[in-house]
Amino acid sequence: MEMLKISDLNVSYGAIHAIHDVAMSVHKGELVSLIGANGAGKTTILHTITGLCKATSGSVVLNEINLLKTDASDIIKLGMAHVPEGRHVFPEMTVEENLEMGAYCVKEKNLIAERIEDVYHRFPRLKERFRQAAGTLSGGEQQMLAVGRALMSAPSILLMDEPSMGLSPILVEQIFDIIKEVHEQGITVLLVEQNARMALSISDRAYVLEVGRISMSGQAKDLLQDDRVRKAYLGQ
Amino acid sequence: MPKARKIDYIINLAGVIVLFFLLMFIFDTELLGRVRSYIQGIVIIAMISIVMVCSLNLITGFMGEFSLGHAGFMSIGAYSSAVVTMALENAGIILPDLLLFLIAIVIGGIITALMGVLVGIPALRLRGDYLAIVTIAFAEIIRVAFTNFQITGGGKTLSGIPKLSDYHYVYVITAISVCVMYMYVRSRFGRCVRAIREDYIAASASGINVTYYKVMTFTVSAFFAGVSGAMYAHYITSLIPTKFSFNYSAEFLTMVILGGTGSLTGSVVGAAVLSALPEALRSFQAYRMLIYSVVLVLVMIFKPSGLFGSYEFSLPGVLRTLTGRKKGGAKDE
Ligand SMILES: Nc1ncnc2c1ncn2[C@@H]1O[C@H](COP(=O)(O)OP(=O)(O)OP(=O)(O)O)[C@@H](O)[C@H]1O
Ligand SMILES: [Mg+2]
Repeated sequence: MEMLKISDLNVSYGAIHAIHDVAMSVHKGELVSLIGANGAGKTTILHTITGLCKATSGSVVLNEINLLKTDASDIIKLGMAHVPEGRHVFPEMTVEENLEMGAYCVKEKNLIAERIEDVYHRFPRLKERFRQAAGTLSGGEQQMLAVGRALMSAPSILLMDEPSMGLSPILVEQIFDIIKEVHEQGITVLLVEQNARMALSISDRAYVLEVGRISMSGQAKDLLQDDRVRKAYLGQ
Repeated sequence: MPKARKIDYIINLAGVIVLFFLLMFIFDTELLGRVRSYIQGIVIIAMISIVMVCSLNLITGFMGEFSLGHAGFMSIGAYSSAVVTMALENAGIILPDLLLFLIAIVIGGIITALMGVLVGIPALRLRGDYLAIVTIAFAEIIRVAFTNFQITGGGKTLSGIPKLSDYHYVYVITAISVCVMYMYVRSRFGRCVRAIREDYIAASASGINVTYYKVMTFTVSAFFAGVSGAMYAHYITSLIPTKFSFNYSAEFLTMVILGGTGSLTGSVVGAAVLSALPEALRSFQAYRMLIYSVVLVLVMIFKPSGLFGSYEFSLPGVLRTLTGRKKGGAKDE
């Protein structure tokens, strides 16, 4: 079943036409990745899905709901959480306050406490630092916090924008393990990545974006073998 | 509310009341002799500034956006309340001072808040410099409008406004205003506003409606600027539009920055000091702006976050520190 469906999407920043006729879909339970070089338009696509960017034409539909007509702050109520590119945490709030903000739309106090425990279980490092201001965490810890905060809303679909950016190889492994784990627990994932090898190795399907257009798509394991992909994104 | 918080609030309330009686002791006895009414005037103007500066701090400190036209909101509160109380008097309706004063406050606050919504909805889509420019333009438009409306004096001084702003009333309204603003920033609303300031993308992704909270804060701020304007009009008793110029807005901003953006305690102190100081040093009146700039430059160099940073004064907190116990979190006005 198609959970998220994007068709004929066009997005412009003034005179810059950033996204051209993009069509993609994510099925329930899938882990789909979107790979592409710097400036290809990956972040733009995610921002259009979550209402932070306006589309010029096309449609984005989540479970039959038109996302282009939905306010950015209502997206999370539809079960879609977004981990924005570049560790957007609330720097002056503590780790725990950041997590609480992630459950902004949840009213039951017990549920919030339960989910915080859950996140701490997943990221013990965050538990050790629960009273530390988020701005003073290391880059990797901030990324964990951003992911943890997104999980606080118990989403059914999670959008992640370059979670591996700027992390050391060990942390990259760790964050991908977490993505895999989250996915295995039944959360649908749309992953944007530059690290094509890692992304393809855990994904079911993938799309390749080149200067605003989808140039290739298919099963992740096929793309891993594809010559063009290997040349352009895997450095082989 | 947890019990400890409640006790803190009660202690702070007691502090506010004690201060009130202290003022009464100073002003209602012969303690000050001939300078009494002069000092009383300075204190009233300082309290009116306190409300203005705290309300401006909601925008610059808590929301993290610049408003350079706050005097415009103040003038709306001043003129709208003055027009209403004068109309009531002219119609021969005799009301007790307190009631008339409250009517002025409510009218000033509500009309200004409505203007806040009207300006806020389109303007708050802008950020940073753009918003600052729009707020300046807004204040100028208001000033020109008041210069041309017949009902507000048509460019001449609007005089004969009833003198209602007695220091007792002003003190109570100031205390309530600061307390309400403090509760606003400490509330769930305030936390969302803080989240937006810290990272609006993350706030939006967490489900916080950025525009709504910004307009809300802008409106609350405008409301209290209007309250302050109403108190001002009924203290000074005559209004002229040129008073509410860009310079006046800039003075309030100076007070916010001196006290510390993000600290209402700082706003209270900044407003009190900077509005009383030039009055007290009357002979230096001509150097007022110069003193302001020097003070600002010094603060920027030695304490960029303002005198108080984001610290909030709390009577119970201070008591606890004095008696060697742990620090608390509430605050006194
Ligand atoms: N706010 C903006 N105003 C103008 N142009 C923009 C804006 N945001 C992005 N762009 C342009 O749109 C194009 C796509 O940018 P986008 O951020 O979506 O790329 P990306 O694929 O996420 O790149 P990266 O991997 O480096 O994050 C780029 O050419 C970029 O310069
Ligand atoms: Mg990007």
